[in-house]
Amino acid sequence: MQGTQSTLTPTGIGIEARGICRAFDNGVVALDGLDLHVAPGEFVSILGPSGCGKSTLLRLIANLDRPQAGTISLTTPDESRRTPGRSDVAYVFQDAHLLPWRKVLDNVALPLELMHVDRSTRLESSRQAIAQVGLADAADRYPNQLSGGMRMRVSLARAMVTRPRLLLLDEPFAALDEITRQRLDEQLRDLWASVGMTVVFVTHSTGEAIFLAQRAVVLSSRPGRIVEDHSIALPAERPASIRGTPEFAREARVIYDALEGGNA
Amino acid sequence: MVLVGAVLVWSAYVRLAHVPAYILPTPAAVLRSLVVDRDLLVPSLAWTTLGALAGFMASAIVGILIAVLLSASAVLRRAFYPYTVFFQTVPIIAIAPMLLFWLGWGLLPVAVCAFIVSVFPVIANTLAGLLSTDPALSDLFRLYDARPIATLWKLRLPSALPNIFTGLRIAAGLAVIGTIVAEFLVGMLIGGVGLGVRIQSAIHESRTELAFAAMLLASLLGLAMFGAVNLAGHLALRRWHASEM
Repeated sequence: MQGTQSTLTPTGIGIEARGICRAFDNGVVALDGLDLHVAPGEFVSILGPSGCGKSTLLRLIANLDRPQAGTISLTTPDESRRTPGRSDVAYVFQDAHLLPWRKVLDNVALPLELMHVDRSTRLESSRQAIAQVGLADAADRYPNQLSGGMRMRVSLARAMVTRPRLLLLDEPFAALDEITRQRLDEQLRDLWASVGMTVVFVTHSTGEAIFLAQRAVVLSSRPGRIVEDHSIALPAERPASIRGTPEFAREARVIYDALEGGNA
Repeated sequence: MVLVGAVLVWSAYVRLAHVPAYILPTPAAVLRSLVVDRDLLVPSLAWTTLGALAGFMASAIVGILIAVLLSASAVLRRAFYPYTVFFQTVPIIAIAPMLLFWLGWGLLPVAVCAFIVSVFPVIANTLAGLLSTDPALSDLFRLYDARPIATLWKLRLPSALPNIFTGLRIAAGLAVIGTIVAEFLVGMLIGGVGLGVRIQSAIHESRTELAFAAMLLASLLGLAMFGAVNLAGHLALRRWHASEM
């Protein structure tokens, strides 16, 4: 199911990051004065060499970590500078990280449970989220009974169950095989097209970044600075076959050059 | 097979070497004592079981509680964790008579002995489990502003269950040992009738086969408690933990 992305999306949250500095106790400086603006409803991918601070940046946006200097604010289109609530932000990790002692249904319901939503409502929302990722049959299974790809889809469902307006993903499909990965990319893009939340997707893969995003931000090696902020010149409708087109390859070239330049 | 073989060897040795009954009775004599002396042994078993169970339950509850408290802060851990080792190292031989002075009659001093001897493995294993929670899952709970109690109950304790059961398995056997030792040392003085008391008085009366019978029952009690903890662990973990699947 492909949908066209409207330019004005009331559902997404914007990100305004200014002068972000984050250094760690061991002397490593991950970010040194980084600025980033993400418009509500935008799909942005972030690329960069290993250790350049991509994950650190994502954690800072998620408020899992505090910067030493600089500000990060999340904005809603209707009222700027109002801090959105906890349920508005969701995070998908590199591995599924499900609770192994709970069934899929209860795993996906976890965020709502932590927000004290009553049982019947949260189980209903959980079922919907599970259906959204195509795993309705697996609701009563345990994580150890699922494949890696299925577990990652459960993780995605868990992130979506609160209907987040900002979805942060940290190389979520990196551990999966190519076919599964591409399929999940397509599913994620469909999800974004139908819901309209803001998405920030960290990845190592140039192809993945170009297929998914409206905009690709390339970071240099540590400390991470933006070396390229490129709007992907591809149509809003992206069938799977677009990966083979010359336009796609042209975009890949731009990003690849930026990555090489930032890695020097 | 091993058990049958050992019993046969034991039996043969006693006969062939003409070992006097008061040094090493035959297996047959021990089994006979189990039946003949059951009026003494059954109440003893009941008493020891109560003491061991009480001590074990206390170890489980207090041990887990202490581990939860220690897991909350590195400062607390550095301050108090080294002292919990004293539970393990205190010589029970010396402590048991003192407990008698402090706690008086009946089951209490014996149960406290069992507790002292068995609590440290529960603390150590539970703490190790609580401190090795998946950091990404901790992040996930923080992302949704989960309260510390919710994180403890829904994430950290379930995640630590395999370690908790390891600690409890060790504690089960130790609780029985602690009970028997306490009974052996001071049991008669406090009017106890447990298996440890039975062993001691049987040795005094040169009724070695009765002592062996009591020791056999003590071992079986330890085995039964261990088995019960094992079963509980299996039921709790069989759906999701590699160790029980």
